[in-house]
Amino acid sequence: MGSNEPIIEFSDVTFKYRAQQEPTLKNINLKIYPGEKILIAGQSGSGKSTLAHCLNALIPCSFTGDMSGTLRVCGEEPSKLGVFGMSRKVGTVLQDTNGQFIALTVAEDIAFALENDMVPKDEMYHKVEDVAKKLELVDFLENAPGELSGGQKQRVSLGGVMACDVKVLLFDEPLANLDPATGKRTIALIDEIMKNEDMTVVIIEHRLEDVLYRDVDRVILMESGRIIADMHPDELLCSDLLTRNGIREPLYITALKHAGADITPDSHPQHIETMDIESYKDTVIRWFKDTREKETALSTETLLSVKNLKFSYDEKRTIIDDVSFDIKKGEMVALVGKNGAGKSTLASLICGFYKPTSGTIMLDGKDIGPLSIKERGDKIGFVMQSPNQMISKPMIYDEVALGLQVRGVPEEEIKQRVYEILKICGLYPFRNWPVSALSFGQKKRVSIASILVLNPELIILDEPTAGQDYQHYTEIMEFLLEIRKKLPITILMITHDMHLMLEYTDRTLVLTDGKLLMDAGPWDVLTRDEVCEKAYLKRTSLYDLAVKCGIENPDKFVARFIEDERSTRKGGVL
Amino acid sequence: MNKKFGIKEVVAMGIGTALFVVLTNVQIPLVIVPNTALQPRMAVLAFFSAIFGPIVGGVVGFLGHALGDALFYGSVWWSWVFPEAVVGVAIGLFVKKYGVEEGKFADAKTIIFFNVVQVVANAVAWIVVAPVLDILVYQEPANKVFIQGAFAFLGDIIIIGILGSLLLAAYSRIAGKSSNLKVED
Amino acid sequence: MSKMISYEKKNTPIHKLSGFTKLVFFLLWCFCSALTFDTRILLVMVVLGAIIYIVSGIKWKQVSGVFLAVMFFMVINLTCIFFFAPYQGCQIYGTRNEICHLFGGYTLTREQLFYEFNVFIKYFTVIPSVFIFLVTTDPSELAASMNGVRIPYTVSYAVEIALRYIPDIQDEFHRIRNAQEARGIEMSSKGKLMDRIKNTSAIIFPLLFSTMERIDVVSNAMELRGFGKHGRRTWYRKKDLTAGDIAVLAFIIIFFVASMIITFHDGNRFYNPFI
Repeated sequence: MGSNEPIIEFSDVTFKYRAQQEPTLKNINLKIYPGEKILIAGQSGSGKSTLAHCLNALIPCSFTGDMSGTLRVCGEEPSKLGVFGMSRKVGTVLQDTNGQFIALTVAEDIAFALENDMVPKDEMYHKVEDVAKKLELVDFLENAPGELSGGQKQRVSLGGVMACDVKVLLFDEPLANLDPATGKRTIALIDEIMKNEDMTVVIIEHRLEDVLYRDVDRVILMESGRIIADMHPDELLCSDLLTRNGIREPLYITALKHAGADITPDSHPQHIETMDIESYKDTVIRWFKDTREKETALSTETLLSVKNLKFSYDEKRTIIDDVSFDIKKGEMVALVGKNGAGKSTLASLICGFYKPTSGTIMLDGKDIGPLSIKERGDKIGFVMQSPNQMISKPMIYDEVALGLQVRGVPEEEIKQRVYEILKICGLYPFRNWPVSALSFGQKKRVSIASILVLNPELIILDEPTAGQDYQHYTEIMEFLLEIRKKLPITILMITHDMHLMLEYTDRTLVLTDGKLLMDAGPWDVLTRDEVCEKAYLKRTSLYDLAVKCGIENPDKFVARFIEDERSTRKGGVL
Repeated sequence: MNKKFGIKEVVAMGIGTALFVVLTNVQIPLVIVPNTALQPRMAVLAFFSAIFGPIVGGVVGFLGHALGDALFYGSVWWSWVFPEAVVGVAIGLFVKKYGVEEGKFADAKTIIFFNVVQVVANAVAWIVVAPVLDILVYQEPANKVFIQGAFAFLGDIIIIGILGSLLLAAYSRIAGKSSNLKVED
Repeated sequence: MSKMISYEKKNTPIHKLSGFTKLVFFLLWCFCSALTFDTRILLVMVVLGAIIYIVSGIKWKQVSGVFLAVMFFMVINLTCIFFFAPYQGCQIYGTRNEICHLFGGYTLTREQLFYEFNVFIKYFTVIPSVFIFLVTTDPSELAASMNGVRIPYTVSYAVEIALRYIPDIQDEFHRIRNAQEARGIEMSSKGKLMDRIKNTSAIIFPLLFSTMERIDVVSNAMELRGFGKHGRRTWYRKKDLTAGDIAVLAFIIIFFVASMIITFHDGNRFYNPFI
């Protein structure tokens, strides 16, 4: 692989945003050769996105600042060529595929850059057809973005940049908004394209395990604006660089290390499927035998009981089909399933946003069917995915107090309740701050606090960690654990993050095509191939590890590992 | 901004129009005068004008009103589409004075200035342009169209005055940088 | 929320015309309807509109809701005109043929009836044309067509962006409204006006804020793909003009010019049957 001339070359590049004191990139030296596949990892704020923006010339052309050192991409200097010039060399696929889908239909969106380049219509038709074939989008050319799945939208984004015959493909967190199975397919597709089209690929992503599903040539690890590692994944996985810098290792690696194995690069730990496990087997089996299963005491009191719930917009399509389940008091439950499986609809039915066609929903043994949205809101809180979709006051105190004010609670009581909840949520010191001064994680806490202040018995969180890196993810989840310790609250989360279900939830509800496919512990779900396949989940690599080690009850192994992890986890994040 | 060939402005026109159209059906009924309602979409128009300037404001007003009417009511009242653009342009003319994105839309002086502008803009649009067009196009009786215009004028200055000012002030507080924040015990 | 009128794919002669042709037709038709008060021309337009409506194969169900709403509005408007100016017709036509006395100062005249009849059919020239234009024009073609009539491509593309994001923003609006309602913030008609405006603000503000973020993402995405690179751009969906298009264009231009001549040749926009 790789010829002698690098296609991308950073020589001592330093960049400082105009509004900031400190440079975001410090003395970057990096060579990437044609045909390589590079993964850039790092926490948010490590400078990885800034590095990517240098490649497509958004830096320094759109985001202004001081740049020193030299950068060459395809033999050109991006700052001289500008964003438009670079768009013909480096194709950028953004994280927000919905934002990148600009046109009304797939065909037009693929043609978008060609239109801007004044390419004649006939030529565009050929090009679009060609790209659509490569990406299996031929049947969707006339579709609107609303009719596509997340994976399809991403293929359209990719098609849109491939139409320009770019040499470098740059992916900005391509897995952030995809369910695990679709993410896996995306990684496979990227691999296929770079082999067939002779391209260089740079992927920015913190979900290491998912990217490593296919071979990566090198991983560049960034921290505080510097490159702290530039090595083959096999080597990197054997070091402790990842955990030290807030990046999540693949789970099987964590498990091996946890069991006491000393992993070496020659065992090729990049993929669990092809890893040479022989020398670690005994250690893993010994650990498994030495670790006891823990009994977790669960409440037996039922809080929410859903019975034979059905819902359809019209006669033709049933969105929720005969779903029944119970949630016990104090439980933390995950609701999973692919996009369009009916997760949001189910949550909307519980909150009363939609009326069910038939079936009942009981809370504390009482039928809540006749209650209005607002009345249910006193008992069931709903937290939207992005805090920005909920925050409607510029000041933190006002935002948290809003729900009480509209309920006509006396001012004195409001003050007392708001302060109390702000203390629980660790926001009390910031009570007189504007929301804008907070970090994303803190804003999320404000949006949760503004619901908790109403004293709900159940809160439903829609994708609480979507698009968040490991650090923010941990911050949000540990916060929820804290809340759960301090308040008598039951939590239902809509998610497609498997780590979240494995690590934090007591139980998982799997929804596919409106039906409840499974209602079991997360380790039971993520060790069953047929369930994972139907629900677009991915079997956990812990299972593969257990099987490879010849452990008879792989699901027990998974359960024990997770429980052990949970009990050793550091509490609270504040 | 000009360096970007105004791409952001183009997008603001498009997405602002979309927002305006979506809010077409959202109305706050006035109990005092039956059959009239305040239109929150006007506050959104004022918001876009005050942030992105006269061109974006004018286009959002024009396209938003035309598309919203066409999609929801199946007809386009051109005599009321043009005044909408007039409001957008007029409020947008003083974009620099509001300083919304620099966090300046907070003091009483700026908010009063914005409201003076919006009242004048609405007066021109609904008490001059709309009735005159109605008379020219539909030959409608003058007293009727002026009274209609006056109601539109009143409704719009109320909604922009309250909701528009609220939205802009809140956004300005969020967009602007805050300093002197102290962690309190 | 009432249903919006939307494009439906079909294979009628109207659907086959290029969007450019339909846009020119629609605009000239609207101008014509706005400028003329000649009853004969208006009647011709009503009949022509009805024929095109039938040819275009629009299902009544698609537009009935909107149509009824417009009718309701029109009845109110016509009544208003009568109450505000019962002798507007007499002023316009210069004669006064009374039919019967109603009450107070209100006497029904033939001139007034005829004038209001003109206003009435004026609506009927415009309404079908909007229906036809919206239901038969592929939204994808609209931007290309607008650019075709010399509207700058930036503004034309803004229309495409608007149409693209209306469903997304509508969806987001509903979700935010539901979530806020669960918190107790309702957009109902109860309560004091100021409270209602404040509640509306609590729902619109998050929507506006996430819209501003969306503007940033979309403009970056467009820049990265070269939007605005050149003084013009080509359009994937632009349909070439066929013989049919040329014929329709020729017709509407001749029709427009002829109508204007007939309307204004005697220095009066009105057709007057009373003299």
